Formats: sequence, C-alpha cells, structure tokens
Amino acid sequence: MILEDTQFSEFSIVDTGVDPLANSKEILDRYDFTKIVATGYGRYLAQVHLDCPVITEIKAYAFGAHYFFPECRTVIDIGGQDSKIIRISDGKVLDFEMNDRCAAGTGKFLEVMATTLGYTIDQFWREALQAEDTIAINSMCTVFAESEVITLISQGKDRQSISLGLHQSILNRIMVMMGRTGFDDEIVFAGGVAKNKCMVHLIEKRLSKQLLIPDEPQIVGAVGAALAAQSNK
Amino acid sequence: MSNHEKMWKALGLDVELHKELLGSIDRTFQQTVGTQKDRPEGMEYFDHALHESHSGRVAELIEARKKGKKFIGTFCIYVPEEIAMAADAIPVALCGGTQFSIPYGEKMFPRDICPLIKSTFGLALAKICPYGPIKDLGVGETTCDAKKKAWDVVNFHVMEVPQKKGKLDFDLWHQAVIEFKEKVEELTGRKVESSRLNKTIKTMNEKRLALQRLNALRKNDPPPLSGLDALVVMQAALNDEPARFTEYLHELNEELEERVGKGVSPFTQGMKRIMISGCPSVMGNWKIHALIEKAGAAVVIDETCTGTRYFENLVDNTAEDLTEQLRALADRYMKINCACFSPNNERLDAILKIVKDYSVDGVVHYVLQYCHGYNVEAIRVSSILKQAMIPNLKVETDYSTEDIGQLRTRIDAFLEQLD
Repeated sequence: MILEDTQFSEFSIVDTGVDPLANSKEILDRYDFTKIVATGYGRYLAQVHLDCPVITEIKAYAFGAHYFFPECRTVIDIGGQDSKIIRISDGKVLDFEMNDRCAAGTGKFLEVMATTLGYTIDQFWREALQAEDTIAINSMCTVFAESEVITLISQGKDRQSISLGLHQSILNRIMVMMGRTGFDDEIVFAGGVAKNKCMVHLIEKRLSKQLLIPDEPQIVGAVGAALAAQSNK
Repeated sequence: MSNHEKMWKALGLDVELHKELLGSIDRTFQQTVGTQKDRPEGMEYFDHALHESHSGRVAELIEARKKGKKFIGTFCIYVPEEIAMAADAIPVALCGGTQFSIPYGEKMFPRDICPLIKSTFGLALAKICPYGPIKDLGVGETTCDAKKKAWDVVNFHVMEVPQKKGKLDFDLWHQAVIEFKEKVEELTGRKVESSRLNKTIKTMNEKRLALQRLNALRKNDPPPLSGLDALVVMQAALNDEPARFTEYLHELNEELEERVGKGVSPFTQGMKRIMISGCPSVMGNWKIHALIEKAGAAVVIDETCTGTRYFENLVDNTAEDLTEQLRALADRYMKINCACFSPNNERLDAILKIVKDYSVDGVVHYVLQYCHGYNVEAIRVSSILKQAMIPNLKVETDYSTEDIGQLRTRIDAFLEQLD
C-alpha cells in the first residue's frame, strides 16, 4: 500500500507464499517510497531485513478502519490466520479479542472446507446463500470439521446446507468474541472474509445491523500501517 | 563416557534421549535467557544451577542419600519443606517445564490436562528424569483434579489442600501437615524435634527474605534485572540447596543494589512495567517472559507460584514447642492464594496491592492450558483490574511454540495499548 499525502495511490496483494521476504522485496522494488512500516505475522522478518518499524495488525486495522470509516467503533476482522474483534475510539484500540492457536473461525477454515466440498471460495458462499436448510457443524477444529463434513457428504446430505452450516459455525465463533468485548456502532467488517457475501449476510442478520465494508477489505491493515508510517505513530 | 553419563546410565535412564532433552532445554534457554544483554554477573551461579539440575545436583543428592538422608520429590509450593528438612530429608520440587517430554506423558495421560503435569510425568515415563530413580518418597497434593488423580497412579503420599478457607478447612490442612510430619518421620526413622524444626524454619525464612529483597529491587525504574533473570533465580530456588542458594542470592542482591546506584539495567527508564499473574513457569519454560520482554516491556513482578506466592509470608518463628510450630507452619502455607480455593478473595487483594507497590502498567494473566482454576479465576482478576483502570490481558497457552505468532501479536497489541 502506497500513501501519498492523504491519498492512496497504489496497492498490491500477494499470497504470503513460502518466501514472504522475497515476495515483499519484489513488490517494493516497483515503487519509490520514503518511509515504510510492516505489519502482520511477518512483521519481525520485515523489521530485520527491511530495517523498518513494525506495528501489530490490531493497531493497523484500527487505524485503517478509522481512515475508511471515521465513525467506526468496532472492527470485525476475519483473515487467513486468525479472527479478531477490535473496539476502537478515534482509531485507538480500546480492547480486542483474538482467536488463538488453531484455524477455527478463520478464512483458512473456510478455504479448507470449500475444497472439501469441491467448491472454489466464491462458489462456496454463493451456494451457501442458496441453501434452503442448514446442517449444524459441531466441530470447531478444522481437522475435525473436515472429517465431519466428509461424513455428512457420505450420508448424502445436501452440499448447500453443509456450506451454510459451516458459515454459521464461523458466525457463532465471532458472536462469542463479540460477546466478550461488547460492541458499539458503527461496525466495520474487514479482512479477506469480508468479501464472502454469505458471511456478511449472516452477521448482519444476527446483529440486525448493517456492516460497513471497505471496497477492498483485504488492504485495511496495510492502509493502517501506511498511515502509521506517515504519522510516526 | 563422562561421569555424569555413567551416573545417568546407572540410574537406568535412556542416556541418548536424555542428551536430546538437555539439548532441547538448553536451546530454549539460549534463545530466551541467553539472548539478553547486560545481565548481572551474579546470574552466572543461577544459570549454572539450572544447567546442573540433572547432573551436579543429582550427584549431590546421591551422595547425601549414601550418608543416610532421604530424598523427597514434591510438585507444589504447598508442601512444607521445613518439616522434611527437620527429619533429615531433602525436598526438591520436580515440576516439568519442557515440551520435549509431553508426547511421552501423553502416552499415559489424557491430552487435555495441563502441560506441567504431562511434562513432569513424561520425563519419568521416557526415562529421562534422574530424580525418579533416587526418590525415596513422592509427595502430591490436591490443588487440582488432574494432579490428584495422577498421584493415585504413582502411589504418592498426598497432602490434602482444602478447597475453602474456613475454620474446618484450616483444621483439615493442619491435620495434613501433622500427617506429613509423621510420614517423613516414618521414612527417615528420625523424629522431627522442635529445636531442629526451629533451625529449618529459620533457613527457609532466610531464603524467603533473600527473595523478597531481590523482588523489592525490581520496584526500581528501571529494574536492575530482567523478569527473565528473576525467573531463572526462582526456578533455581525450587531446585537448589536452600542455604547455599540464599548465600548466592545475597551476593546477587548486593550487585543489583550497586547497579541501581549506578543506573545499570537491561531496560531503559519509563519502559512499560508488566506483572505476570497466574500459573507458574517452571524450569524449561521461559515462553511468556521472553515474549513480553522481547516486545519491549519489563516484567517487574510475578504473582505466581514461581513468584510472590512462593516467598511472601514468613513462618512465625516465635512458637515455643513442636505443636505450636506445626500450627505456625500450617498457618503460613494456608496463606498461599492458590486458585484451587473458593472463594479466593485474598488473591484479588494481593494482586491490587502488588500492582500499586510495583507501579505496574499492565497485567498479563498467564494460564497454562487446561488449568481451570486460574482460567476461570481470570474473570474476577480482569474485572477488579478493570475497576482499578489497569489494562490486562489473559493468555492461555502450553509449552509448545505452535502459537508463538498469535501470542506475539496479542502481547504486542496489548503493549501498544499501554502507550
């Protein structure tokens, strides 16, 4: 993410891959920049090799969400590696909850489940939205949920219903975290899973509220880091 | 084959696997404690004590046993060491803090019990604990369900730690202390006499005072030693011979007093001051302290069994006869605010006092995975800290490194909040 004055000029998204450092260097070579801040799980790798300050993605998402929606007080971030609820005020973190250790409640969970069901990620949520019925998925663990899904498929259960059930299991996980932190309006939904329209629909329905979603929900953290670089915060 | 290797072989250990264990613990030590800068010179003794815990210290115990002493393995700071020592026994805490032995522990014990128990029993089951073969008695206690059922498996003497803090409960604990005295007397064939007990009470009180002096020094801004180093001292406290430990600790304390005078510290003034509260970090486990201090904050006090709960409160040494001494001991140990008690309000009061005394900026409530007592008590801890406007973060984790990325993010974000 490149920030010039108050405008974001360009951004680039790549998979972490097996060599995140080489990936980020390749992108950085394409741009001129005066300051850089790293965030996310690879931040310390970047700190050492790119000689830059770091902030956590929690702070970065708070900055980023505030930038896109200044009235934001709660951020739901569901990314590949974890999911978080962040309570903010004026872009400052007040409190947060984060799922720990396993992939339950993350984008990775959805990715694995889509593959198990023979869908692409987009097909997965589209099919789930069309489900007439739902099947409760009890396992939170990705590994156990996968065998649960395989069992359901072998019982001849409807794939759309299983898909909806899987989305609902993530919803339940998110609601537990929101119950712990509490939440205020406005609520911003960010991270890659915010592109999943079934997830958006389910959260909005459960909360009876409209979520604010940036056009590019995956870059909110990078925007936050760029803002931190600019303001030296 | 070195002398220590011969000793391990004679004890029936799996010498090759034991080598791997020591290598694994040493790597963790070097990556955490070992990477620190500006360590006090006096830490050398305590580093050495940890490194010798499976060699020199074991050889020392074998020698003592040849001279007729008995060796008692303990697993909780609730066991009154004074009594064992007065009957010519040597008590040593044997809790395991290494991930290395957990897969071996899981061969017998369920996966979903705390890592401390799995690590401890894993060491024994894998034949890589040199203390097991020389142990004359194992003493367990009833501070949690998993532990108390584990003692049944290995046929230990079990001290009943009550679940509440009323009069009935104190009487029960007092009786458990008396029974423990009788048990060690039976083991060693030596009576616990009042004059001997007076001496061992003095020895242990002096050890506690030395630890209190060390921790008082951590109140300085910046503290003269890191939280990791203070933890190393505490881990050595659980293993080392008490009088010798106290002597070296006073040497370290004197050096630290000088460092305070000269303003020498691994930290800079004004660095965020963190209290770790909750479960113990026993030898092999430096995970949380290292994460917090690498993230740029100072751990200034531990409200844990490897912290204040071990060294606060002295045993009243004005008691005049054995009966009174045993009651004084029961009294002192009953003041350890373990989360096994319901309710445990004294712990909450203690936490608030420590926060004030040590000018704590934030509290990390450390829960070993599946430790229900501390995990649930965290709700009340968090609530009283919130009321006192002290930021706090609960982390639940085991000894493995699989969650390091997430933990680092949470701890870093918590520290960012303190800015």
